[in-house]
Amino acid sequence: MSNEKTLGEVLRQQGVTRRGFLKFCAATASLMALPPAMVPRIAAALENARRPSVIWLSFQECTGCTESLTRSHSPTVEGLIFDAISLDYHHTLQAAAGDGAELAREKAMEENYGNYILVVDGSIPLANPGFSTIAGISNLEMLEETAKGAAAIVSVGSCAAFGGIPHASPNPTGAVAVSDIIKDKPIINVPGCPPIPVVITGVLAHFLTFGSIPELDALGRPLAFYGKSIHDRCYRRPFYDKGQFAETFDDEGAKLGWCLYKLGCKGPTTYNACATTKWNEGTSFPIEAGHPCLGCSEPGFWDGGGFYKAISMPTEDLTRTAVYAIGAGAAAGIALGAVNRARKARAVKAHEKVTIDDLEKDS
Amino acid sequence: MMDAVSTELRVAAGEQLTLNVEPLLHEIRHGLARLLENAVATTIDLRGIPLAPGEEARIIKVLGTGEVQAHMSALGPSEIMETRFPGVWLVTHYNSENEVIGKFIEVCDMPQILKAQAEDIREGLAQLTAQLA
Repeated sequence: MSNEKTLGEVLRQQGVTRRGFLKFCAATASLMALPPAMVPRIAAALENARRPSVIWLSFQECTGCTESLTRSHSPTVEGLIFDAISLDYHHTLQAAAGDGAELAREKAMEENYGNYILVVDGSIPLANPGFSTIAGISNLEMLEETAKGAAAIVSVGSCAAFGGIPHASPNPTGAVAVSDIIKDKPIINVPGCPPIPVVITGVLAHFLTFGSIPELDALGRPLAFYGKSIHDRCYRRPFYDKGQFAETFDDEGAKLGWCLYKLGCKGPTTYNACATTKWNEGTSFPIEAGHPCLGCSEPGFWDGGGFYKAISMPTEDLTRTAVYAIGAGAAAGIALGAVNRARKARAVKAHEKVTIDDLEKDS
Repeated sequence: MMDAVSTELRVAAGEQLTLNVEPLLHEIRHGLARLLENAVATTIDLRGIPLAPGEEARIIKVLGTGEVQAHMSALGPSEIMETRFPGVWLVTHYNSENEVIGKFIEVCDMPQILKAQAEDIREGLAQLTAQLA
């Protein structure tokens, strides 16, 4: 554990110049979705920031969140943020195994009691503790024990934040989110299946920079990344406003890049940074690749009624949406779904190609 | 002069998807005016703005290339380029794998990152002094 060093000292030891540090700060501001004018403040704070101890617990999960994180732009500025924390326990990434691994967790908890950050990915089964254990310790027991000395908890991924896929009906393991169990610690939810890698590091960078948790929305998500809906920041939004929709995945509308609302896009009800931060080193995001948003950063996204079914009710201002719907010449709600199905059926007949009907089991 | 430039840069509505291109160019224009009148710099994070495929390229094309182009090597390469509008700079930071980690439009006399930094000068002085001792 080397959390006695400041980040400035760590970077200088690595031969990073002041210019390099300023570049690091500019990229970090961008990472945290903060305005560039904040760079001098970030530089001053990061210079003197001390490496926090981080304990990462993985419960009922697929390791997709860790995969997302470790494959992001490596080695990069985010990598430096990981140099800037002391990752004392992560059973997928650490070299130690068995008793040695558990000793590392216990040592980190003891030495940094009250100050470490606890990161959790995966949901916690309550139906039977034996459904998921680590070193013979149930997930519930390990979470409760490790949370006691944590300064804050970061629930990474939709499973830790909202229960995710394990929580999907019929929820055979009785899976719950971290926030269903821990009530006395600040919890930052970073949902997504997986979350955008830089959003994970951005949250850690915020804690590192300001020593506090970022401003959160009603679902405990950082507003900097989850403050706007995918729909509001989508480059295809003007097509929605003009009532231009793709009806199938291979019609003219799809080829022209029109709005995917009728193909089941959950952008209007989904809050995440995909439309601006994007994926794969900022290359694109699902809608840019021609696929509707699945809404993976929202609670219960797996039980939302079908990925390829148009959402029936708008979540935003009804008057505005009504204007859009009139502009589109389309009925809203359930009627819209029926119209879609009829159009899809016609398209299938005409094209004899794969459409959303083929993908949607029950339509 | 400014009107002529503005007219020249006006982007036809059909050429932009998000409608963010022209407002961004206006923000740059206001930034230049602030720089001239009040010596206040402006920085725009291009990755924080929703842009459709091709729109960033459109902005960069409109801004063009000016007299100064600098390459920096610190935590991976960086390119600092003055556009054809003096005082408007395009700063692109890459990581060591040449992936873009930041892209900014800076409206200023000279981007701060180009200047030699006091800490680095101090270290360089110590090294040179040691070498000559």
